[in-house]
Amino acid sequence: MSFPLILTERMTAHPADSHRLDRYEATGGYETLREALGAMKPEDILEQVKAANIQGRGGAAFPAGIKWGFLAPAEPRYLVINGDESEPGTFKDRQLLERDPHQLLEGAILTSFCIGANHAFIYIRGEYPKPARRVQQAVEAAYAKGYLGQNILGSGFDLDVTVHLGGGAYICGEETALLNSLEGQRGEPRLKPPFPAVEGLYAKPTIVNNVETISNIPWIVANGGDAYAAIGDVDSVGTRMFSLSGHLKKPGNYEVPMGLTWRELIYEVGGGIRDDRELKCWVPGGASAPWFVAEHLDTKVTKDDCARAGSMLGSGAVIVMDDTTNVVAAAHRIVKFFAHESCGQCTPCREGTTWLERILWRLLNGAGRPSDIDLLLDICDGISPGLAWPPRMTTICPLGPSAVSPITSIMTHFRDEVEAMIPGLQEVAHA
Amino acid sequence: MSAASVIADWSAPNQERARRLLETYPEERSAVMPLLYLASLEHGYLTSAGMTQVAQLTGLTSAQVQSVASFYTMFKRDHVGRYLISVCTSISCYLLGADDVLAAVETETTARDGTTSVDGAFTVEHVECIGACGGAPAVQVNYELVEGVLPEKATALCKWLRETSPDVVMTDAMQKSFGGVRSFDWGIGEEQGAVAPVPAFGPYGSTGGESAR
Ligand SMILES: Cc1cc2nc3c(=O)[nH]c(=O)nc-3n(C[C@H](O)[C@H](O)[C@H](O)COP(=O)(O)O)c2cc1C
Ligand code: FES
Repeated sequence: MSFPLILTERMTAHPADSHRLDRYEATGGYETLREALGAMKPEDILEQVKAANIQGRGGAAFPAGIKWGFLAPAEPRYLVINGDESEPGTFKDRQLLERDPHQLLEGAILTSFCIGANHAFIYIRGEYPKPARRVQQAVEAAYAKGYLGQNILGSGFDLDVTVHLGGGAYICGEETALLNSLEGQRGEPRLKPPFPAVEGLYAKPTIVNNVETISNIPWIVANGGDAYAAIGDVDSVGTRMFSLSGHLKKPGNYEVPMGLTWRELIYEVGGGIRDDRELKCWVPGGASAPWFVAEHLDTKVTKDDCARAGSMLGSGAVIVMDDTTNVVAAAHRIVKFFAHESCGQCTPCREGTTWLERILWRLLNGAGRPSDIDLLLDICDGISPGLAWPPRMTTICPLGPSAVSPITSIMTHFRDEVEAMIPGLQEVAHA
Repeated sequence: MSAASVIADWSAPNQERARRLLETYPEERSAVMPLLYLASLEHGYLTSAGMTQVAQLTGLTSAQVQSVASFYTMFKRDHVGRYLISVCTSISCYLLGADDVLAAVETETTARDGTTSVDGAFTVEHVECIGACGGAPAVQVNYELVEGVLPEKATALCKWLRETSPDVVMTDAMQKSFGGVRSFDWGIGEEQGAVAPVPAFGPYGSTGGESAR
């Protein structure tokens, strides 16, 4: 497995001070920007990003180059970088913000130049004060050196960057909710279309990309889109940061090429299960993703392979559970999260997630009723008709259907354990 | 309502920060969230007076500002203790014993989840994932992170806060004394931190060295 570390090379080689401007410059930082502003046109950058075929790393895996190509001609335009990272299990953007903020900034400048934006916003979740401080320091250092501000490096291109702190709301990670939040509104998702590329921040054309997506841009511009597309697998290219957590020997963030198997990711990269216990199941792509079990260990870690197996890579968060795990309790935790984070606009999500949480709670407390399994599935069906994958929606955004994933997961893989929790159910079933 | 440019009874640095924030965004309304943090810093938490002041600064109505503030969990509209202890009980931390960490914190601080201790030293809350899942179980003190906080460490952390009553709580220092497994290598530390239960972000939050009012 030979591959370049695109995102984490600097922090791996220089763990002490990879966040500082002097270290960034000493390791080739801002060279790409200097060359690109001198020799490339915005279209040239777009061409490279399209050739790279990089899929967005925030969850939806939409190709970045194609999104940038949708940008409406109106002006001004904005770049908004999504650092709200709140999907349970996900902590990779925190590392990129904290350990290599200049890499993100260089990506932001290149992207802004490409899309014709003169103001970029970095929206960082409120619970990340240290990452925000690091990024703010980087912004100030970049202004002082002429990488930001007016007439950047003599190119005639201007860019201001504003770091904005969230207020503690997962839903603000959804791009249109994030835009509302940035406008000083409640962070409620908007109906799409119009998509942000047409009507985004202040109803102007806006590109929203994840922190990791933008952090890849300097490498892609420096090495060319084709070089990027040659790494990884056929349908999912490049490297990706995976956040490994749960019952693993070596939890943490790992940058690996796309296309490993889950077995390799869990047992080799993550070191295997703590105390050498048995693997029970794992959440492959953040709390919204349907769970995988042992039979999926040889499935490839790519967008298409995971979709075929009924789940997704989502935010890159892998949460591993061993054989001691009470899966109903684990599902309850995840559902509780979505119930708490529902913004309340859509009835199926607001009411449905709350009911799901309460019913699971009574199951856990020995007060489950024989009809509860059907009731749970019926509520799920009301949020996401047909319980299909990818989910159908009765809501403005996919938060509601996300709460369905853990329930269908335990019903598919561990129905006997759910039934065993309901007093009288198994006697009835086996009578 | 026409926007006021300053709030006379805010500290001079906060007035200056407010002025800069209102200039930073293409539309003033976008400054609402940062201003709500400033107002929280001024009053210790987000009081009605604070929300009215933010309305004055942005030209919104108080009702509009309240509607924004109530959407988010970090704008505290009730008294908060000197140290806000947020214990993550989301899935990855749960799998590694977060409920026991919360219980240890409740016992040591005498503040039940969602309440403030009688002496006003601590407010305890359980929170959803704080992006430290590789270093589970994780805790924040005034939003400054500590990873790998097993129950005994959580108890020691709360004891230390009560006994030494630090003016500034710093993530790197706390991690060193009370933390364990981390999500990733933190590298060299910083000497910044929070002076109040408001995220310590220079442009509109508390940072070490400056005192809260
Ligand atoms: C409920 C919800 C939460 C989301 N949270 C995040 C998040 O925290 N960070 C993120 O980058 N994208 C998040 N997304 C995805 C964004 O809507 C959007 O697709 C993404 O920021 C686009 O960037 P990308 O194309 O680079 O991935 C979320 C989506 C939903 C529906
Ligand atoms: S689950 Fe606790 S920090 Fe993510």
